[in-house]
Amino acid sequence: MIQRLIVILLLAGIGSIFAGLMLSYVPDGELNRTARYYADHTAQDLGAANVVTAIIVTYRGLDTLGEVTVLFLTAAIVGLVLSKGKRKQREARRRQGLQPPGELLLTGTRLLLPLILLFGAYVFTHGHLTPGGGFQGGAIVASAILLALLSNPLQRFSHRLISLVEAVSGVAFVVIGVLGILLAGGFLDNRILPIGTFGELFSAGAIPVIYAFVGLKVGAEFSSMLVSLSETEEL
Amino acid sequence: MATIAMATGFMLILIGLFGALSNRNILRMIVSFVVANTGVNLVLVSVGYMRGRTAPILNDAVPAAEAAARIIDPVPQALVLTAIVIGVGVTALMLAYAYRLYQTRGSLDISKHTDLKW
Repeated sequence: MIQRLIVILLLAGIGSIFAGLMLSYVPDGELNRTARYYADHTAQDLGAANVVTAIIVTYRGLDTLGEVTVLFLTAAIVGLVLSKGKRKQREARRRQGLQPPGELLLTGTRLLLPLILLFGAYVFTHGHLTPGGGFQGGAIVASAILLALLSNPLQRFSHRLISLVEAVSGVAFVVIGVLGILLAGGFLDNRILPIGTFGELFSAGAIPVIYAFVGLKVGAEFSSMLVSLSETEEL
Repeated sequence: MATIAMATGFMLILIGLFGALSNRNILRMIVSFVVANTGVNLVLVSVGYMRGRTAPILNDAVPAAEAAARIIDPVPQALVLTAIVIGVGVTALMLAYAYRLYQTRGSLDISKHTDLKW
């Protein structure tokens, strides 16, 4: 009872701070200096139509590299924490003889899986033109893996393949960044490739290439988390 | 519009904190943290909103020349994209640790885990 009271008092305090913040909040009339710089320079300098993508991939590309590293670490730790005793469980599962999924589920999955993967690839290659990008596309790709795992729990995914995709795309991301130092203005500069016509798929220099690798990497990381989580379930 | 989004975000943060503080089951606490996380993202995005402007994507309707007068602040959106991804990673870690805890101790009740209590 006292505990509940303390919680409510604490929340009332935080809520009053929030209310103060909200009441004193005045929306900006125009963009601040940083945002104005991005808005004015994205189209001419980088050739990207989506300003958010330009910020994430080029202006703040190093932060994105850090973010992808954090995701990689998370996937590695999830794999490490959940890995113990996996073999024993797998044998137990095999012994129990799980029923194979029905024809409907299998056919539906086979129909949907390529479409979802295609949509994921579309989203991460069009990140510089549409409100998409590597992270969103990677999540869509991982959702295809989730569908496969849900429809057929007996299905095994090759950990080696997933880590290979992840490692190759991570290395490619860094190599493109270093090429930016050598050929253009700095680390992860997108002007190592021609900027092209504004608004077309092959434009904005290296942004689509970088985002494709980010998409593959994020998709592989999410998939490895999903696969580790699903392999631990006790049946 | 921005005020509604911001108020919703703050409400979600409070609901999430309430859930995390008042539940004893670790899984419910994780779900509460996810709710609070969503609230923080919503507040951040609503700060970048400006009345009468459009999304920061340039095309025929929003030519690059007048972009600065037509688009909303893109920086909070880039920030929130990062925050969402990191939030997913944190949630996955919490779930993995909760699973291991259940496997070794056989309970997800936070009041049964008193090793670090003082």
